[in-house]
Amino acid sequence: MLSAAGCGLSRPEAGYGLEAPVQHHRFSPYTFNGGTVLAIAGEDFCIVASDTRLSEGYSIHSRDSPKCYKLTERTVIGCTGFHGDCLTLTKIIEARLKMYKHSNNKTMTTGAIAAMLSTILYSRRFFPYYVYNIIGGLDEEGKGAVYSFDPVGSYERDNFKAGGSASAMLQPLLDNQIGFKNMQNVEHVPLTLEKALQLVKDVFISAAERDVYTGDALKICIVTKDGIKEQTIQLRKD
Amino acid sequence: MPSTKMAPAPFSLPASPLINMATATSGTTSVRFAHAPPPFRAVCALPLTKMAPRPPHRRHFVGAEFPSPQLPGSKMALASVLRAELAEFSPNFPKNFPKNFPKNFPEDFPDDSEGIPEILRDPPGPPRVLAAPPWGFEAEPEGPGLQILHGTTTLAFKTPHGVTVAVDSRATAGSYIASQSVRKVLPIGGRMLGTMAGGAADCAFWQRLVARQCRVQELRNKEPVSVAAASKLLANLVYQYKGLGLSLGTMLCGWDKRGPGLYYVDSEGQRVAGAAFAVGSGSSYAYGVLDRGLAAAARSEEAACELARRAIAQAAHRDAYSGGCVRVMHVGPEGWREVSHHDIAELQEKYLE
Repeated sequence: MLSAAGCGLSRPEAGYGLEAPVQHHRFSPYTFNGGTVLAIAGEDFCIVASDTRLSEGYSIHSRDSPKCYKLTERTVIGCTGFHGDCLTLTKIIEARLKMYKHSNNKTMTTGAIAAMLSTILYSRRFFPYYVYNIIGGLDEEGKGAVYSFDPVGSYERDNFKAGGSASAMLQPLLDNQIGFKNMQNVEHVPLTLEKALQLVKDVFISAAERDVYTGDALKICIVTKDGIKEQTIQLRKD
Repeated sequence: MPSTKMAPAPFSLPASPLINMATATSGTTSVRFAHAPPPFRAVCALPLTKMAPRPPHRRHFVGAEFPSPQLPGSKMALASVLRAELAEFSPNFPKNFPKNFPKNFPEDFPDDSEGIPEILRDPPGPPRVLAAPPWGFEAEPEGPGLQILHGTTTLAFKTPHGVTVAVDSRATAGSYIASQSVRKVLPIGGRMLGTMAGGAADCAFWQRLVARQCRVQELRNKEPVSVAAASKLLANLVYQYKGLGLSLGTMLCGWDKRGPGLYYVDSEGQRVAGAAFAVGSGSSYAYGVLDRGLAAAARSEEAACELARRAIAQAAHRDAYSGGCVRVMHVGPEGWREVSHHDIAELQEKYLE
């Protein structure tokens, strides 16, 4: 393996500061395409919601690019960040799901998909997939499960998580409304599906008001033991 | 030691983004275990996004057999480097090698630096670079806003009853608190615990790999693996990636046939046994409380756990990157168990009165 360091004398003037001032534009393999994803786990359901705006810099590429991808009858993944890596990553996950099905004659469970995604992400530790993932689905007992990831594969099971460009705005609101954090003398009522849906819509409407990369439409996937249902709600398009 | 904040089956294909990724994770994956990432220098076909500035021309010695990630337990990384042939890569490389390869390397090595300005030449003498890479790679990967999880306080100390371990539960990505409920203690078998500080994914991945290796060893030898052996496995694994930007500061705590065992292992290659450690961005604050009460903590298990809890609470109070809740665990002769789990907000009311 030849290293480049030994033949780096093409520009000796660089060592003397004699070169003309020039803007060095380096190629970056990443770009940020925006978008927000949210997942909430309930007693026997799980909601994964995302906006559908695909942006880059000051432009909007598409108003109809949802970020939720259905993996199995019980699992949905939401991916935001760099759209190219999102597409490739979901392609890889789907291929691995098929391989598992063929080898083991059963569908991968939500927890197993999460563990597998962690190793897939870590295999690219030194050139990461620039994707923030959230997996939502039902676990083996039928309870809602949400797994949130960082770009290199660290993951954790949660009850609710927001990821993407408006995550810092949504997460505190969810902590308060679903986790009852920082509230005193409040009754902890378990979350119903209707309340969770209403919360998701309200929260995304607020995010679209304050985050430029979030808006256009909201796609909600509701995972229950009867399958996955989808809803689309319009958001601000400005 | 850096301020630590909170193999593999080797790839036969380089992980170049130009290659269809589906083939890189082909069917062999189901037979092998988790793929450890290949060392960075072996693979990148793209122009690199950002590297530390390269030093001016110097003789760059690269092991002809670069320490590639090998299965642990086969060869030690350092030994394989020392055995490797050293070859020089210089502007005149194809002409000089191998016909004129000198017998008395490196004194007889032709000095081809005549064409190079004085200011850029190597100083005379043997090469200073042996196996360490001449440039480093930043711990944070480049990308607009790409941030991985960091920041923590963890501590562990030995007592006659076993090893007491306490950790906080905050994970930060830049200045955003990504989670207040991270599990920073990872079980390695039923008798050992590993703590997590630094990069969350790094710690989780490598400790899981070591846990698998320990289990295999237990099955082969019909004897629980010792803390010294497990820590050595981990240290050798991460040493192969030294300089590439892994961030890992972990303590392996267990009880084996020599009694309580406590080792600190980090991604710089350090592995040291000791009686008490605190690791992470809040470690200095934790040491203050810990050192004060260590003698008294040996009295009983409750006293030890209380001391550990106070130390983490103090660190969370002063360090912005630590917080969440305190988890106290204990490893004794019968294995590990979780002792308590408190929210730091409640503890601070109690301790600050």
